[in-house]
Amino acid sequence: MAIKQISVFLENKPGMLEGMTEVLANAGIDLRALSLAETKDFGIVRMIVDDVYETATVLRDNGYIASVTPVIAVMILDKVGGLSTVLKAFTKAGINVEYMYASLAGQQSGNAYMIFRVEETDKAENALRAAGFRLADQEKISEM
Amino acid sequence: MERYYQEDIECASRETMTAIQNEKLLKQVKNIWDNVPYYRQKMEEKGITPDDIKSVDDLHKLPFLSKSDLREAYPYGLLARPLKECVRIQSTSGTTGKRVVAFYTQKDIDMWEDCCARAITAAGGTDEDVCQISYGYGLFTGGPGLNGGSHKVGCLTIPTSSGNTDRQIMFINDLQATILCCTPSYAAYLGERMKEMGMGPDDIPLKAGIFGAEAWSEEMRQDIQNTLGIKAYDIYGLTELSGPGVSFECSEQTGMHINEDHFLAEIIDPDTGEVLPEGSEGELVFTALDKEAFPMVRYRTRDICVLSREKCSCGRTLIKMKKPKGRSDDMLIIRGVNVFPSQLETVLLNNGYAANYQIIVDRVNNTDTLDVHVEMTPEMFTDNLGEISKRQRALVDGLKSMLGIKANVTLVAPKSITRSEGKAVRVIDNRKI
Repeated sequence: MAIKQISVFLENKPGMLEGMTEVLANAGIDLRALSLAETKDFGIVRMIVDDVYETATVLRDNGYIASVTPVIAVMILDKVGGLSTVLKAFTKAGINVEYMYASLAGQQSGNAYMIFRVEETDKAENALRAAGFRLADQEKISEM
Repeated sequence: MERYYQEDIECASRETMTAIQNEKLLKQVKNIWDNVPYYRQKMEEKGITPDDIKSVDDLHKLPFLSKSDLREAYPYGLLARPLKECVRIQSTSGTTGKRVVAFYTQKDIDMWEDCCARAITAAGGTDEDVCQISYGYGLFTGGPGLNGGSHKVGCLTIPTSSGNTDRQIMFINDLQATILCCTPSYAAYLGERMKEMGMGPDDIPLKAGIFGAEAWSEEMRQDIQNTLGIKAYDIYGLTELSGPGVSFECSEQTGMHINEDHFLAEIIDPDTGEVLPEGSEGELVFTALDKEAFPMVRYRTRDICVLSREKCSCGRTLIKMKKPKGRSDDMLIIRGVNVFPSQLETVLLNNGYAANYQIIVDRVNNTDTLDVHVEMTPEMFTDNLGEISKRQRALVDGLKSMLGIKANVTLVAPKSITRSEGKAVRVIDNRKI
């Protein structure tokens, strides 16, 4: 059920992110979510896209280093305390969140999607489902 | 079965070789005394004449020539033949000062090409082979030297010269090239490109490579051999002495046989100029025994290495030189410590990175800084920032223990370091001293 996130290595210099997004734009890739983790010299761009295969291919052809990482997309209510209830489910199951970020997808319907990266993806998914949360699958993300 | 290009010389007994060297040395000393006033004056200053040189045992009495002599005597000061007897010049890149311009008579070129032919034969080359020469042609000696050697062996020669990587790969595949001659950094680049194009070592028709003109490490050799599915042979030379082929590697891959019937080698203490006993590490000095137009006598190469006369399994009796640690021209002195780019390369490859790097040296507040830019590779990339930083720190530690000083490591985008099609630009020294 986990969805596929594309992670890309970028140098921390002006124009690097722009160059990559231009490559994606030219290939007609639609971004569902994006986050940046950076150090002084380099960063990792993490993103959820409508077409994982096309994105990985076009990035590789343009000389980027990219990898695919499983993450979980959880639907939360767009209201105060929405995120906290999800995190409670993680805590209860003893799962540590490596990183997380918000997705733009689903806003029209009053919901928000949060993207979580955890070590034990299956365990986290079971815990979330047991607590009544709805998870998005790859198909759903592509359609949004 | 081992093949030789000139078996009587390459496998000659010690006595035969010494007799050849003695005879040629006496002739060469007379040549340079009679025809090169610049060197004659140096001899006169030391109070010696050709009569003082009776055999190779007297070699140490002769004055040295160095790069600064070449600079001072530029362009004709060391020329020993009238220009009408010369048929070619070759020249160095001049990256470390003034260009060296070397002159050749037709006989000099024949000798040089014979040396290259010995190298190609030692790498398994015969007239059945297709030899692609991806060294630059022109003033650089790499292309012309191996081109001539390849003709002498009778290989079908593809003179691609350097550059246009996709065309290089097309010729390798379409014409089934079996031997590749280029710089090791370009060989690594070609290998990388072919891997990207989906070609594995078994798909590539090459069986051997002859790589030189740059210092390279044993780890880089393994890397190239695995990617291209070949045996990689080292070759050594200097424009001052002719070009590639002064020494060459055989199948044993434990050092390069010096063509000592043409180039007499000594190892000296670089500080005192004293000749050191065989097996000592020191600066390599060559006397070109039969070059006519540009007769280098006791030329200081600034290469640090060791000579060895141990018996070689290939059957050649030619003395061997270990792979030089690096030209002292390549050597950097950073915070008083000698650093060779080849040492860095070893650490990079041991840590899983590719040999694509650039060293940037600067001086900030009177202290030298050493920055190493290393390209990220798909193998070393992970989505985990902590893991990348951990690997980066391991590299810093590895460099520290190899070099003895701290280097800052910056991870850069793949292919962002300029690829060399001739010689790699490995070092950028921004220090203003």
